[in-house]
Amino acid sequence: MSSSKLDAKVPGGPIADKWDRHKFEMKLVNPANKRKYTVIVVGTGLAGGSAAASLGELGYNVLNFCIQDSPRRAHSIAAQGGINAAKNYQNDGDSVYRLFYDTVKGGDYRSREANVYRLAQLSVNIIDQCVAQGVPFAREYGGLLDNRSFGGAQVSRTFYARGQTGQQLLLGAYQSLMRQVHQGAVRMFARREMLDLVIVDGKARGIIVRNLITGAIERYAADAVILATGGYGTVYYLSTNAVNSNVTAAWRAHKRGALFANPCYTQIHPTCIPVSGDHQSKLTLMSESLRNDGRVWVPKKQGDKRPPEQIPEEDRDYYLERKYPSFGNLVPRDVASRNAKQACDDGRGVGDSGLAVYLDFKDAIARVGPETIKAKYGNLFQMYAKITDDDPYAVPMRIYPAIHYTMGGLWVDYNLMSNVPGLHVLGEANFSDHGANRLGASALMQGLCDGYFVIPYTIGHYLASTALPKVTTDHDAFGEAADNVQQRINQLLAVKGSRGIREIHRELGRIMWDDVGMARSAQSLTRALARIPALRDEFWHDVSVPGSPDNLNQSLEYAGRVADYLEFAELLALDALQRSESCGGHFREESQTPDGEALRDDDNFSYVAAWEFQGVGRAPALHKEALVFDEVHPTQRSYK
Amino acid sequence: MRLNLKIWRQAGPDGAGKLVDYAADHVSPDMSFLEMLDVINERLVKQGEDAISFDSDCREGICGMCSLVINGVPHGPDRGTTVCQLHMRRFKDGETVTIEPWRARAFPVVKDLVVDRSAFDRIIAAGGYVSINVGGAPDGNAIPVSKQVAEQAMDSAACIGCGACVAACKNASAHLFMSAKIAQLSVLPQGQVERTTRVVAMIAQADADGFGSCSNEGECEAVCPKEIPISNIARMSREFTRAVFAGK
Repeated sequence: MSSSKLDAKVPGGPIADKWDRHKFEMKLVNPANKRKYTVIVVGTGLAGGSAAASLGELGYNVLNFCIQDSPRRAHSIAAQGGINAAKNYQNDGDSVYRLFYDTVKGGDYRSREANVYRLAQLSVNIIDQCVAQGVPFAREYGGLLDNRSFGGAQVSRTFYARGQTGQQLLLGAYQSLMRQVHQGAVRMFARREMLDLVIVDGKARGIIVRNLITGAIERYAADAVILATGGYGTVYYLSTNAVNSNVTAAWRAHKRGALFANPCYTQIHPTCIPVSGDHQSKLTLMSESLRNDGRVWVPKKQGDKRPPEQIPEEDRDYYLERKYPSFGNLVPRDVASRNAKQACDDGRGVGDSGLAVYLDFKDAIARVGPETIKAKYGNLFQMYAKITDDDPYAVPMRIYPAIHYTMGGLWVDYNLMSNVPGLHVLGEANFSDHGANRLGASALMQGLCDGYFVIPYTIGHYLASTALPKVTTDHDAFGEAADNVQQRINQLLAVKGSRGIREIHRELGRIMWDDVGMARSAQSLTRALARIPALRDEFWHDVSVPGSPDNLNQSLEYAGRVADYLEFAELLALDALQRSESCGGHFREESQTPDGEALRDDDNFSYVAAWEFQGVGRAPALHKEALVFDEVHPTQRSYK
Repeated sequence: MRLNLKIWRQAGPDGAGKLVDYAADHVSPDMSFLEMLDVINERLVKQGEDAISFDSDCREGICGMCSLVINGVPHGPDRGTTVCQLHMRRFKDGETVTIEPWRARAFPVVKDLVVDRSAFDRIIAAGGYVSINVGGAPDGNAIPVSKQVAEQAMDSAACIGCGACVAACKNASAHLFMSAKIAQLSVLPQGQVERTTRVVAMIAQADADGFGSCSNEGECEAVCPKEIPISNIARMSREFTRAVFAGK
């Protein structure tokens, strides 16, 4: 059923006019009044950093928080391949409408049309802004911007800065942010971890953070709170995320009433370096852009253990080119990942573990020469060589899918506000734009779109249309939240058990990967739903968290995040269980087409599943936002 | 393989630190250096002992957070490599390995191997940007940039802000870090308007934060995980001279 809690507030009118019309209809805060408002921004990645900088430029009083030692370290920095924009600089048929269409289709018809259209519209402004900041995008010889192709699209619309696009875009936002810090508009709080959201009279009015250096529990009050705290990929332990990425801020907001939407939509990236052993702390992505020139294959015969160079052409199966002739190696990520898994399940995987496929550059090197390949992908090849001790110019890369991005997140309306008034959520932390599968080069686009071009308008509207009596950190709600935080810290330190935090996290990851991973079934999910609470109990009875709460204590930080994951994982599995259809990155074995593609069930599942917290270990309440497709008619996705 | 580690332990900014011996057993050559430390920490945690604090985040060589001096060399023995990308196959069975934090007046030790690098943020805040607000940017292709200049800017922009250059320099100079940003913005058309004020402001901030000067020994370049060349420093010096003659 649809819920009164879920008014998406999508403006009326034709889709192409909605945002312009909404911009006109929204209330404004006059320039002199902006400095009277304080806005908290948690996170300094592409979404948080760009939001904090933009709100500072507008004149708001901004408090910006991050867990790292500097805002420049946020994990957006690791994005490699590029950022999409509907510039049509290549004259190859791109348009705002086509980017919108590709994104809705790529998301397997599980995203909100109006949000996606706005994203496509604003994509062109992002490139302009970043160029003006001095981001060194790749250029053609005539001095104009270069583009490359990415999965899920038949046009070249991806802008890039070598294999470090995320880094360069993030540094652009970071520099704008530091300029605002210098001018006093933004106050920066590094090495602070948000551990609770403070709600006063039903509105988000502040946060509680732990100062990671001194251990002090600090209180900050504001007129609105923006979370841009990234995704929850590390619930799988091994992922391409940074080791400090976590769900804690979003989860604590969820426990205060913010609805969590579509947690089962997780993206498994097809081109990562395979796992090498138990000691491994993270997986490394090889950019999807490699699929422009690399050809994916496995041996035709099961158990063919010959080295790749000894396997002749006729014994190789270029399965993506064979099965999807029009998109070939550039099918979307979910399709590429599932096919790699199928090849390995079929006994045709390569490498020692049998859990890898080849990504081969031999033909591209023969065609354009090693120098051209080096210029395009040099840093990626180097990274691969360092990790595996193999030379990808000489032998094919071995790749395997890994958890990379999470499409689910806190539920937000068209204004990027959660169901808790005043709590706004941007970037990967929200659920809004990518449906059940994100296309490559669209995460950077969404993060910057939300921060530079959406929130500066919508937050003004919220502030101008809401009564916000002054609240200070002496308010009881702050005291209650700070006590709550302190209590949980004390609990963690008091267990004094014998099990390592990492060991338990690794075990959680194994449950998630085996039972809630690339292919899920009612049976595997039910199993996970029994194993997760058992592991959570074990954690709270037998974890060892050494050290003191009064100084830098990385064990304590880590334990707090794993404790939250042990609660959140259950919600993820539950969401996956209730959605008995397959869509995008969520593949239910019970729901597939005869040739093994994800089979949606639009009659029963064309909705956003937004969950309301009811207590740890208690079944959450499900709210549904019906998805309406006026523009792009849902069909069985085909990339053949 | 087995390694003997000597690791710097320091309880807090004011405490005296010392090297403490740890044995690392069953080290796999495929482990990264930080994963080897993870294993030691896991053992300490299980024994209820305080884990060794060290910074790391992305673990793929791009965030710039990891910061260890290994056998006297920031980021360890591999050229062009951050600690997180350093693998144990580079070490020999039975080897003794010393692990210390970055050492520089401007980077005070917080605890164990963790240092405070906020001075780098202050240098960027002093002028490491193009002062434009969101909203007024012209079309991306309205600012043509030659491929060569874009590549040159990107070579400098690749800096990850880890601070190894400072840790390696006997003067604890931030010149390589600063010059990379100054060079990027001074070759691009977007950076021209503030070209003179930027270099002056950033150098003044570095001085105020206690970074030393440059004496052209090139240790910074040798340890830079992104292999940023010291020609950036030469460019910064030219930019500074130019600014002085412009009366800034």
